[in-house]
Amino acid sequence: MVKPLWIARDPSACSGCRRCELACSMHHEGWMWPEASRIRVFMPFPGLEVPHLCSQCQDYPCVEACPVEALSTDPDYGAVIVDREKCTSCGACIRACPGTVPYLHPGDDKATICDLCGGEPECVEVCTEAGYNALTIVNEGPSVHRKLYSRNPVDTARDLAVNMFGEKGEEVIE
Amino acid sequence: MTPGGYAGKWLDVDLSKEEIEEFSFPDETLEQYFGGRGVATKILWDRVGRRWSDLDALAPENPLIFATGPMTCYYPGARICVSGKSPVSNGVVGSTAATEFAVDIRTAGYDGVVFTGKAEKPVYLLVTDEGAELVDASHLWGLNGEKTLIKLNKEVRETLKKRKPDVGLWKEPGTMYIGPAGENMVRHAAVMAKICHAAGYGGYGSVMGSKNLKAVVAKGRGRLPAVNAPESVYLLWRKAHRDCMTNTTFRRWGTGHLGYGCGADTSSEPVRNWQEEWHDEKTMGVPHYMDRYWVKVKWSDFNCTTNCMKVSCIKAGRWKGDITDVPDYELQAYCGTNLGIFDPGDNIHISTLMDKLGHSGINCPNTMGYAAELYQRGILTENDIGFKLEWGDTEAFDRLAHMMAYREGIGDVLAEGTYRAALKIAHMKGLKPDELLKYAVHVKGIEIGAHGTRSDKDYTQDMCYAASVQGGDHTSTVTDGYSDMSGAVFQDSAVFCMFTASPSQELIFDFAKAVTGFPITVDSWRRVNGPRIVTLQKALLLMGGPDVTWEPVKDDDNPPRFYEPLPTGPYKGMVTDRERVDIRTQAYFETLGWDERGIPKKETLDRLGLSDVDPLMEKFRQ
Ligand code: SF4
Ligand code: SF4
Repeated sequence: MVKPLWIARDPSACSGCRRCELACSMHHEGWMWPEASRIRVFMPFPGLEVPHLCSQCQDYPCVEACPVEALSTDPDYGAVIVDREKCTSCGACIRACPGTVPYLHPGDDKATICDLCGGEPECVEVCTEAGYNALTIVNEGPSVHRKLYSRNPVDTARDLAVNMFGEKGEEVIE
Repeated sequence: MTPGGYAGKWLDVDLSKEEIEEFSFPDETLEQYFGGRGVATKILWDRVGRRWSDLDALAPENPLIFATGPMTCYYPGARICVSGKSPVSNGVVGSTAATEFAVDIRTAGYDGVVFTGKAEKPVYLLVTDEGAELVDASHLWGLNGEKTLIKLNKEVRETLKKRKPDVGLWKEPGTMYIGPAGENMVRHAAVMAKICHAAGYGGYGSVMGSKNLKAVVAKGRGRLPAVNAPESVYLLWRKAHRDCMTNTTFRRWGTGHLGYGCGADTSSEPVRNWQEEWHDEKTMGVPHYMDRYWVKVKWSDFNCTTNCMKVSCIKAGRWKGDITDVPDYELQAYCGTNLGIFDPGDNIHISTLMDKLGHSGINCPNTMGYAAELYQRGILTENDIGFKLEWGDTEAFDRLAHMMAYREGIGDVLAEGTYRAALKIAHMKGLKPDELLKYAVHVKGIEIGAHGTRSDKDYTQDMCYAASVQGGDHTSTVTDGYSDMSGAVFQDSAVFCMFTASPSQELIFDFAKAVTGFPITVDSWRRVNGPRIVTLQKALLLMGGPDVTWEPVKDDDNPPRFYEPLPTGPYKGMVTDRERVDIRTQAYFETLGWDERGIPKKETLDRLGLSDVDPLMEKFRQ
């Protein structure tokens, strides 16, 4: 049974400090490695910082798309778990994801996806500690339509740009 | 054991020959000079050395350096140090800016880049995990800063995606670039990043322009370099952030509350080219900025939780569409009060214009304020300028900033910076240089940061600019002890932000040791490493040239204005005390082992391992 645990994200509150990237990679890689962080913060234009991470779609298109069953879901929290032995780096999950969230790890080339740190996400901890609350744990169930949050970060930034800069926002990302 | 915190490789780019090579430093050099400002100064000494006085800073041979340090990306507040022979001071300035370029160059496997030569046509450098290449930038030349960044973000993302389409989404690269001011070699032009971040002091934007180098761009996917004691670094990293988070004033306002405060409280803010340092204009109060213009109040650079940056945007009225940061205090003062502008919207507009044109937001408006005072005094006329240049006339200053960036009319003269413009205007008008230099607020050609010394109520004191090897640079002021050695000189060499620096020196130096493994202490930095860097900077500054050299004693002084009594405000009548300047300058020289005229002594040079500098100092000794 999937427990309702989800990382709500608010790009307008994101400071761009990237401590989530540092904390995530410390946890998963044993050292600071921004591009191997399961959460990556995009900045298509300065001031528009968009945390990009898996949103645990209700129907898991990535898991469905994997031809070798390297992806599965964690029964407790619903995170996508990657079996790095099985993964062939084919990129099917990346193409299937509506927000192009998974990526091939810069070290071993395997699919890399947020695993929710077993229920206590490091990114949320450091973001909360600093008072930004761009990432917060919420306990809502499937009603949040999680899949709608799986978006290309540049598209998110385009919306955010207009929200923050008004008409000028239409011009800041090409 | 290789020292920690270094990627271990540098890029050496010859723009004339279009050749790119890699090189490394011996561990000993890194231990002595660390990184950033220190290593840059060492590179300049090694590559230029005794030819220094003959080298035109805007000639192809001048090495232009982008240097990270071992603590960059680990210690909160990632920055990079830009350096070279400064076309403003003819010495060395370590000019730092916050930018993700620092992160990307390190994760791509390099500690820094040295450029020499001049590209045949405009280019930018692109660095990835696969190495470095020069890319045609003809289509970017002429674009303002904002447009340059918008185009590069798209173009480079697409290039990377085309090369490796299967790895997933590519982030935007880290980028530093110049605007029209840099392209047209406005002497004090800035190297820009993130639309409103600048390596402002030193004029390295014009050095980029002189090399036809529009931008440096990097996207790295590697891990940050290994450190000596990872567990300690991690714990110290958490601790250092806790110190950042207790800095509640900066977190809330950045330095944006000082545009009012430095005027009203401490009387240390330039008003109308420093004719006054006091104002009580409540429109400059931080709530006016915050309530109307700030669209993001917690804005950070990489690995920073001090978040002194706030995103400002003008959404209505004649300056609609302007986007910049706070403006921080320096730009509130220089793009505001110094021009007689006390309206936040107008202040944001001039600040945005500095960013877009690639002017330094301190140095350019210092020169504009200087021009406005000459206009006020009838020395420059409407005929000379082409229009009236009244205090507070935002449109007039907008026009003048453009004329400087494109070197049109009087703008061509002013583009030489306040000191050199003063000499040119004196010549134009048939006046004695001193008659024009008395209104020029600079030290060693470097226009002074927005913190005056007359009231003695700010952090800046009597000789803090006069004796500094970086002249008017307010981020590198000196005191008569050693403390600046473990302050600015260290931060610029380890390369992290001065606003994230912990109040605990112990923490900072424990951090440095845990990263590098060098047996480094506050004491060793104050006594040996810091003085070595500054002494080498001093030697090169003394050599100066070819167009300007600074005289010992005479030029180790404040601008004349600082000796005029403050005309207004609670500290009316106060003045910088010349005697104290002399006494404390002497004390500073003595602490560093320089003679009474500020020339490094032979025994000092020997002690610091700089014996080969000694013959060049001979001619300065009396
Ligand atoms: S820790 Fe929070 S504020 Fe910082 S970059 Fe990540 S999401 Fe943004
Ligand atoms: S967001 Fe992407 S990676 Fe996450 S579950 Fe949905 S399809 Fe899979």
